[in-house]
Amino acid sequence: MARTASPSADRDLKLLRRLLRAKDHMDAAPHEEWPVSRLARVSGTSEAYFARSFRDAFGIPPHRYLLTRRVERAAALLRDTDLPVTEIALQTGWNSLGTFGRTFRDVTGESPGALRQRMQAIPGQLEQVPHCFVRAAQRPDLRMAVSEKRRRTGDDKAGATETEVP
Amino acid sequence: MTQGIQVAGLYVHDQDEALQFYVDGLGFRVHTDARNGEYRWLTVQHPDQPDFQLGLFRPQAPTVDDATARGLLEAVAKGAMPPLVLVVADCQAAYQAMRARGVEFTQEPIARYGAVDASFRDPSGNGWKLVQAR
Repeated sequence: MARTASPSADRDLKLLRRLLRAKDHMDAAPHEEWPVSRLARVSGTSEAYFARSFRDAFGIPPHRYLLTRRVERAAALLRDTDLPVTEIALQTGWNSLGTFGRTFRDVTGESPGALRQRMQAIPGQLEQVPHCFVRAAQRPDLRMAVSEKRRRTGDDKAGATETEVP
Repeated sequence: MTQGIQVAGLYVHDQDEALQFYVDGLGFRVHTDARNGEYRWLTVQHPDQPDFQLGLFRPQAPTVDDATARGLLEAVAKGAMPPLVLVVADCQAAYQAMRARGVEFTQEPIARYGAVDASFRDPSGNGWKLVQAR
């Protein structure tokens, strides 16, 4: 037998692996309700033991971990879709728009609307850069015009929300 | 000869358990299973990749001390190791087949970014992405 680990160390590893299962479940469905009783069942531990073990293992209490995952998903939807904020709040597991907005601000430091505006302005431009360069390389005559246009858009603060559609 | 990566390894908690998972669960084949005292060099292969071996290694002395071995296995059990990707022709079909063989999926197949992907873990905690070839 090549195993040198002690039985207690082995038990601890198996516990960590089961706690990971609770984390995986929250990752897979962060919009669902995850009370400690449900998470403890997934991990095969007692409720009293679960919250403490989870925090020890992952450095964050399970409830807060779930909130960060929800906020992360909400931020992605705000950035990548045009869904109304209310719809995003519902889709990511909040029952009230007020709670969503408050929690979102607490976690990210800005409101859902402000984040949407900022994120949609930045990645839109970044996304265009490679395309612009590709096109510019293929059509040297347009190179200066494209870069000049981009420079103007960047300088023009009032037009920052405007994006170029290829 | 073919030049390139020949072996890349994972840390696993129990080599017997890992062997069963990668062979019975994923359909890999054993390439080398050699023991020298306490040490066991164990590699498996995807049937379509005869030039590549996936090592299923247990961190242990004398390669690392006991405390380090424990830390590494804890990281694996917490899902903290780097991602692994398995490419298949049909993600949904592979998901059904693997699940029927007891593979623990952490995400069902989702169609996005013009492809289909799912996620599963090995018994130790190593996380795999199951991606449909484009």
